[in-house]
Amino acid sequence: MTHRDYSLLGEDARRAVETGLTAAEWYHTDVPRKEMKALMQRTDMPAIRDTIILYGSMIVFAAIGVALWPSWWSAPFWLAYGVLYGSAMDSRWHECGHGTAFRTKWMNDVVYQIASFMIMRNPATWRWSHARHHSETYIVGRDPEIAVMRPPALLKLILNFFGIVDVLTAVPRMVYNAFVGVHPSEKTFVPESEWPKVVRAARLHLAIYAATLLAALWMRSILPFMIIGLPRLYGAWHHVMTGLLQHGGLADNVVDHRLNSRTVLMNPISRFIYWNMNYHVEHHMFPMVPYHALLRLHDAIKHDLPAPNTSIADGFREMWPALMRQLRYEDYFVKRELPATAKPYREEFHAAA
Amino acid sequence: MAQWIDACATDDIDEEDLIRWDHAGHTYAIYHSPDGEFFCTDGQCTHEQVHLAGGLVMDYTIECPKHNGQFDYRTGEAMRPPVCVNLRTYPVKVEGARVWVEV
Ligand code: FES
Repeated sequence: MTHRDYSLLGEDARRAVETGLTAAEWYHTDVPRKEMKALMQRTDMPAIRDTIILYGSMIVFAAIGVALWPSWWSAPFWLAYGVLYGSAMDSRWHECGHGTAFRTKWMNDVVYQIASFMIMRNPATWRWSHARHHSETYIVGRDPEIAVMRPPALLKLILNFFGIVDVLTAVPRMVYNAFVGVHPSEKTFVPESEWPKVVRAARLHLAIYAATLLAALWMRSILPFMIIGLPRLYGAWHHVMTGLLQHGGLADNVVDHRLNSRTVLMNPISRFIYWNMNYHVEHHMFPMVPYHALLRLHDAIKHDLPAPNTSIADGFREMWPALMRQLRYEDYFVKRELPATAKPYREEFHAAA
Repeated sequence: MAQWIDACATDDIDEEDLIRWDHAGHTYAIYHSPDGEFFCTDGQCTHEQVHLAGGLVMDYTIECPKHNGQFDYRTGEAMRPPVCVNLRTYPVKVEGARVWVEV
């Protein structure tokens, strides 16, 4: 059994480069250029509509929460606000980071900055970590965004449903970035020209939290933190639930997204919060296709992909037992069947998976 | 010494699109802009070794298919992270229905 070293500066990272895994060509389903061009087309309207609904609902929920505070009647409104803040911001950060949500660049940039703050990610660092996640998805030691390592740290995963691990990692890192600079592990994937942006963003985020703290002290109430900061904890569960399904229990060190990513069909509310990232194999294979065209992309390539999980519960039924097995035997992973119409997995690349 | 090479026909490339063109062991991308002009750049993205031919042309930008980095294909200027290094560009002329590139 292999023991995985997830450090970006560790042994597995070195081996991935040495064996050529990091330079290997990823599998793509053939899609005619005309069809792909149509799928990639950008437009502002769907994202403007969704952004108005999103931030509009947040304002309404927070206003009712404040009006009913400190009564328990405010709780459902905080829960609704929280899930939009602590979970929907993950997908907004993601889509706007790719620059595909809106056609207009500044709209992507504005939503990206707001969402990065709310989800507690440094907008400069995470842009680069996500680029690496796409180049080297679930390559051990290279992908800085591996959510479920092997063997899985179950307590951490469960605590993270309340954002605890993320926040306990993000806050010290924000302080480090603000006062010391870019962390050595971040220097492996953030180019030097971007380092001043990392520091600037950390200082800005820190200043907003400091202002929130002053407001809380002045009001002698945690209410300001109910609006800024705490929803990253009490509203995180949805993005953790959907995020675990993206790659959890599947292969690592492979160059075929059909083996390491999972597409899960979901209800429309979860799809709104998650901005269709449940079509995750499709997104990884073709990151140029905006969220609003992923359903069409799914239809165009589903003949070449494993059948999607039919619901969130179905996804967990597949993933959870795999995580349990990985506790004892970390090389175990779920290998999903391809339909007869699909091109087979390229076993020569994946013998070690 | 640079010389003009007959690269492709004008109607080989749809408007607001690009094609890959390989010549003398080097790979290029040739673009057809929305107003009918042609341009040529290096074919590989400057971020990682990915060909731009699978990318998306929007107005005068090419978006890389791997991480959505963008370049202005007229000047090669890197416009959107994760690309930071400009693309090399090459002079283009159209004669009759042919596109010529000086490489
Ligand atoms: S390879 Fe082109 S943007 Fe990364």
